[in-house]
Amino acid sequence: MAKYLLLKHYRGAPASVNDVPMDQWTPEELSAHVQYMQDFAARLEGSGEFVDSQALSPAGTFVRYDGEGRPPVTDGPFAETKDLIAGWMVIDVESYERALELAGELSAAPGAGGKPIHEWLEVRPFLGEHPTITE
Amino acid sequence: MDEALLRTLTPTVIGILVRRGAGFAAAEDAVQDALVEAVRVWPDGPPRDPKGWLVAVAWRKFLDAARADTSRRHREGRVEGEPVPGPGEVADDTLQLYFLCAHPSLTPASAVALTLRAVGGLTTRQIAQAYLVPEATMAQRISRAKRTVSSVRFDQPGDVATVLRVLYLVFNEGYSGDVDLAAEAIRLTRQLAAMISHEEVAGLLALMLLHHARRPARTGPDGRLVPLAEQDRSRWNTRLIAEGVDVLQAALTRDRLGEFQAQAAIAALHADARTAAETDWVQIVEWYDELVRLTGSPVARLNRAVAVGEADGPRAGLAALAELDPALPRHTAVAAYLHERDGDPVTAARLYAEAARSAPNLPERDHLTRQAARLNAQLHR
Repeated sequence: MAKYLLLKHYRGAPASVNDVPMDQWTPEELSAHVQYMQDFAARLEGSGEFVDSQALSPAGTFVRYDGEGRPPVTDGPFAETKDLIAGWMVIDVESYERALELAGELSAAPGAGGKPIHEWLEVRPFLGEHPTITE
Repeated sequence: MDEALLRTLTPTVIGILVRRGAGFAAAEDAVQDALVEAVRVWPDGPPRDPKGWLVAVAWRKFLDAARADTSRRHREGRVEGEPVPGPGEVADDTLQLYFLCAHPSLTPASAVALTLRAVGGLTTRQIAQAYLVPEATMAQRISRAKRTVSSVRFDQPGDVATVLRVLYLVFNEGYSGDVDLAAEAIRLTRQLAAMISHEEVAGLLALMLLHHARRPARTGPDGRLVPLAEQDRSRWNTRLIAEGVDVLQAALTRDRLGEFQAQAAIAALHADARTAAETDWVQIVEWYDELVRLTGSPVARLNRAVAVGEADGPRAGLAALAELDPALPRHTAVAAYLHERDGDPVTAARLYAEAARSAPNLPERDHLTRQAARLNAQLHR
């Protein structure tokens, strides 16, 4: 098994096919979307492939060390930041192909008009454990 | 509490419940419930007869569950009070559990999880922690696996090769959590070797022992990977090496070579060298030839190229490497190593850095980055 991160972007991914912003959906369309996400996670738990799912607030702050005894410096948020991560799902699956298949299904979550969003998701493999037998 | 005893008893108790008429899935659930209860109550009041305690509690759990399921009432009345099996039957039951839990209809991850629970006696929580997934996910993985094998007859003969693949995975691909999966894999393989006389079971056990022997030397105090050639060989566990060599030699005399015996033979040759320089690389290349013949595995071919580089010089190693697909994992790392040996640090440094970017795990990435940094520091001095 290998773990993969399915990464969802507010900004930075290519435009979705069904690109109507969420705040212009009907309440029913929003409910259908949320339900789809919940059902998807529940289904993955049932198949023994679910690890984690989290959503992130778009508001972020940059922080860095500013020297001994000084409070850290903060900056941002930067409106021009290219990549803005909206959230993720972590899955533990048998193969890379299975990770792609699941990302494809997640990307089919319904949006405006009840039609799939066709949203671009980024699939990133986790670095695993070092195997014992290597030679 | 004697957790080791609890784990050893698990497959026996499942076998007893199955012989009393419980289905495998229900028996396994009941024993897991009993294990969880044992973990809870044994520390305060350990039973005088742990096995008797487990059988009694598991059987009660089974009856409770069966009572809740009205369709089972008939069978429950019929099976109660059947005799406890003798020792010979217990060994057979445990062997059947190995086969069932590694059934070819299961995915490797499901077979691993089911084996660790039903044969290894680990709790779902421990298995989940060992593989870094939520307990609910692992519970589902296990119950799906049990559904998958629900139509398999318990006494159906199984294939040893599938069991060995599962045990190899447990040994080689576990995370380093609270449960020592490598030690657990060795325990389960040792137990299997005691039940059936099979040269590849012995081969796998030898392979595990010989690699486990090196574990204290494999990582530095800062957690970094120490390559074989740089390991402090005085830290290798000589008792495990001696046992591994004995087990391997006994297996090889049967003259039925298999991939695990060949891999163990390579590990034994490394274990036999007092210093890295004394390694018998010519013999190791011969064993890799056997391994490639037996498996055709590209990983074996890649490792063979490294051995050829040691036996016949880096040019020969690079020539062997040139015949392999460059997309193979670790191909670039091997190329970097051979180029350095060939006196080309510029190419080696570039390839090490490239290999680091595609490393499949963190210790390896750190190791490759450090190799690149070491060469770059020499070049820019």
